Amino acid sequence: MQASFVNFRQSLPRTIWDWLILIFLLFCALFFLMPIYVMVVTGLKQAENVSLSTMWHLPVHLSGGGFYEAWRRLYPNMGNSLQLTIPATILSSILGAINGYIFAKWKFRGANTLFAVLVFGMFIPYQSILIPLIQFLEQIKLYGTIGGLILVHVIYGLPICSLIFRNFFAGIPDELIEAARLDGAGVIRIFLLVMLPLALPAFVVVGIFQFTNIWNDFLFGVTILPNPSAQPVTVALNNLSGSFSVDWNVVMAGAVIVALPTALIYILLGRFFVRGLLAGSVKG
Amino acid sequence: MPTANLQVPRSRQTQAQSRRKRISSERILPPLILVPSMAAIITFVYIFILITIWVSLSRWGTLRIDWRPRDPLFEAYAQMFAMPRWHADLRNVFVFTVLFLSASIGFGLLLALLLDRRLLGFTLFRNIFLFPYALSFIVTGIAWRWIFNPETGINLLFDGLGINKWLVSIGGAPFKPGWTTDPAVLFSINDALGHVFPGVHNISVHLGIPMAMIPVVVAASWQLTGFAMSMYIAGLATVPNELREAARIDGATEFQVYTKVVLPLLRPVTVSTAIILGHVSLKIFDLIFAMTGVGPGFATDVPGIFVFDMTFKATRYNLGAAASIVMLLLVALVIVPYLWRNLRKN
Amino acid sequence: MHLKMRLCSPVVAFASFFALVPAPLSSQAAGEKKLEVFSWWTSGGEAAALDSLFATYKKQNPGIEIINATVAGGGGSAARPVLQTRLAGGNPPDTWQSHPGWEMLGQYVEPGYCEAITELYQSDGWDKAFPKGLVDLMTKDGKIYGVLAGVHRGNNLWFNKKLLEKNGITVGDKMTFDEFFAACDKLKAAGIPALGVGDSGIWASAQLFENTLLGVVGGQGWMDLFSGKMKWDDPKVKEAMKYFAKMQDYLNPDHSALSWDQAIGALIEGKVAFSSMGDWADGEFTKAGKKENVDFGWVSHPGTDGSFIIVADGFTLAKGAPHKDATIAWLKSIGSKEAQEAFNPLKGSIPARTDVDKSKFDNYHQWSMKSFASDTLLPSCVHGEAAPAAFQQALNDAVTAFIVDKNIDNFANALAQAAKESEATNK
Repeated sequence: MQASFVNFRQSLPRTIWDWLILIFLLFCALFFLMPIYVMVVTGLKQAENVSLSTMWHLPVHLSGGGFYEAWRRLYPNMGNSLQLTIPATILSSILGAINGYIFAKWKFRGANTLFAVLVFGMFIPYQSILIPLIQFLEQIKLYGTIGGLILVHVIYGLPICSLIFRNFFAGIPDELIEAARLDGAGVIRIFLLVMLPLALPAFVVVGIFQFTNIWNDFLFGVTILPNPSAQPVTVALNNLSGSFSVDWNVVMAGAVIVALPTALIYILLGRFFVRGLLAGSVKG
Repeated sequence: MPTANLQVPRSRQTQAQSRRKRISSERILPPLILVPSMAAIITFVYIFILITIWVSLSRWGTLRIDWRPRDPLFEAYAQMFAMPRWHADLRNVFVFTVLFLSASIGFGLLLALLLDRRLLGFTLFRNIFLFPYALSFIVTGIAWRWIFNPETGINLLFDGLGINKWLVSIGGAPFKPGWTTDPAVLFSINDALGHVFPGVHNISVHLGIPMAMIPVVVAASWQLTGFAMSMYIAGLATVPNELREAARIDGATEFQVYTKVVLPLLRPVTVSTAIILGHVSLKIFDLIFAMTGVGPGFATDVPGIFVFDMTFKATRYNLGAAASIVMLLLVALVIVPYLWRNLRKN
Repeated sequence: MHLKMRLCSPVVAFASFFALVPAPLSSQAAGEKKLEVFSWWTSGGEAAALDSLFATYKKQNPGIEIINATVAGGGGSAARPVLQTRLAGGNPPDTWQSHPGWEMLGQYVEPGYCEAITELYQSDGWDKAFPKGLVDLMTKDGKIYGVLAGVHRGNNLWFNKKLLEKNGITVGDKMTFDEFFAACDKLKAAGIPALGVGDSGIWASAQLFENTLLGVVGGQGWMDLFSGKMKWDDPKVKEAMKYFAKMQDYLNPDHSALSWDQAIGALIEGKVAFSSMGDWADGEFTKAGKKENVDFGWVSHPGTDGSFIIVADGFTLAKGAPHKDATIAWLKSIGSKEAQEAFNPLKGSIPARTDVDKSKFDNYHQWSMKSFASDTLLPSCVHGEAAPAAFQQALNDAVTAFIVDKNIDNFANALAQAAKESEATNK
């Protein structure tokens, strides 16, 4: 059953409890914003003025230098990250949708076992498969290419995407499938004509998940792409901090810059995120 | 819904024929469509796990690749379980998982319930609480390391707010915890365990709650509470209003509406969230690596970091592989019962 | 289950085939005019120094494109996984940054990832320009495998001169442990943490221990320890551990949350008085605009006068390097006087060659070069030269535990055990 959408009736605080709740939420919000404050404020300081002992102080001399330097060094890699994340997210979503659809609506013998085999894959620690992974990519000539990294992210994203879509499609009534079957539609046409049009909320959830995970990945990016001009922005951010000594204002400014795309997605699409979670992926 | 694409009635025989064709394609296509994904997963997950198991039993202990089996075969595992550092890791990952799950789920539920009151600023609060989830652990690890520095971080706040002056004036000591630099381990149960398991006396590591873990739990919860909160917000929206109304009509107070009606309905959400957050916490690496490293006396070391150190710093590939396999088993311990239960349900 | 089983066997066979057979080399055309240099010199002085090496190279070898493959992270912590997986996967960079000694010979040469470059040392007068002690650290079975660009000195004790003067402490040409602890006591009485350590990542504390160990066992004892002649539970080693434990009483309380450069920063600000650190610390003083022998000073770590712990940076030639000629030209270039005179002032180290123009260097580095020419040259353990990587990690782990529980017997036993294990592995 499709749940009704979130009711947006909001009210002003009425009772004393309401006021207390509001104040508590405000404190929580301040706590949540605290690290962001430290990062932004440090990014706006001049390099010489950055010191641990003054970490809470507002910048004495406002300096855009940190942000300017960080942007200058990061922006080529932002392009790499976009080149990596967008295709990988789209591919993951499509494959996840197809798999989720099959597992939700076309039960065959052994399907449940296969699904468990698939889902278990999302739980492995990535360090444990690094060496065989690199050797395999070398063999298929995809090592050191963004294509290889996309392949890796798509494959390791298959379990979670399939899981989310499968839970989502399970909530779509079987009657719709039946009706299409009676019209002569086969497995593939039902997917294209019936399921896909209804699947937007799930696509948004999966899209946000995958975009966040792939954008923020560091381990695969650094081991599979050794050439710095091809590396994603998280690796470039790590390289902003030197090996032996660090320009903290540039590093913190860089951290803020790297976080912006995902933050923007969350702010703009946060509502759909909750709606998507609503539509079935919540119930396990 | 029937479309305008009306089928011209054909003879029974051809109808049966096309039905048979369709049914057999319906039998073959679904598994067939899954083959590429399953093949990829089997290679990239299961085959690689098998290779890793082989490495853990091999002689590959330097940068020279050596696939020959080791003698004795399980030496890597024996060495690992004899290391005090590994004992500390197991203790830490357990403590971290328990504390982190309690904090994120508890706090996430609380925030979702409070936002459920639909007071002003729902969207703003939700965005603020969810926002950290979008950040990379490496990024936030650095910020939190600064914040928990005992000389300059939030301890300064206690000074600034006058709390310490007040504490001193009533004869107490100023509140200046060591946070990530504190090597103390509280509530050590070595003695108690020693009565039950005689081998415990050989363990030099204190089995308790390492104080340095607390800041790490705070940082990780800060990052993932928003996720738990979103799950609960979605879950709350599926609780039909009619149920709540009915309870109110039956005379329940607002508090009872929550405890007797809403919370029980949220149990599946709790399970899903616990599974997802649980497996994140068992594998955790980036955040701790960036924030505290192994910590004083290994107070914040976790298996994820152990694998990294043993594999790439000590170049003991077999030991690192053994640790990853144990990590995998720990995760499986949590996941497999859940998957099993779901399989049975379906 | 059947489906999985049926897919298993061919896939396993396929997988084990490529796992057991050494992976083919990179498919890059060997004739391309490129050179890939792998290091972890990513910012500040290091990056500038690396750029100067590139500039010298380009002057001597125009027309070759340099790929600067760097991965940041203290001590190469993020770079190592990349390098190791590339080497194991058969896709090596042309050349990479390496410390001499066990790191180069044990990790890279022994498994066959490097090619010998002995001929380079026979031309250009290199056999006279580079000290024998250094070259020996890169020699195996009579063949030489690397070229060093610069040498850092590890056993230095830096101090805030003004702070010491304020507390009536003077430091001479050398220092004994008694003098050191006397100074620490005076500072403690004045409420100042005497010794600044930033051991987030633990190696700074391991370095403090290493320097103290040298101060007690001396140069010959050092070589005996790492050749196995002296055992790690020897009474002299335990005495060094006692001193190390005593030093913990004088540390800044937030040491485990600071990185080494933040500890030097605390020294510059006058919050601590001493810091035992390699001479890459000198760059921090210069950055902060501090004057030698006015604001800050240095001396050999207590007991180590007459010894020079080497922390050197060199490059190797990969076996199967995609651009072999360009790489050999690179090694020739960094060994040249011109490159070393440009590189080292920026990097903060001293040239590995002894025949350079010393006037380009400041007081500290001239002092260091004098020490380099006359003192006993010893490999550092903490920086991967004196012992295999597994022992180095075991030392770090043992130091981590020791700082908290101060149990000398456990510490000594852990090191003795690690030495035994590494002997077995590296037979």
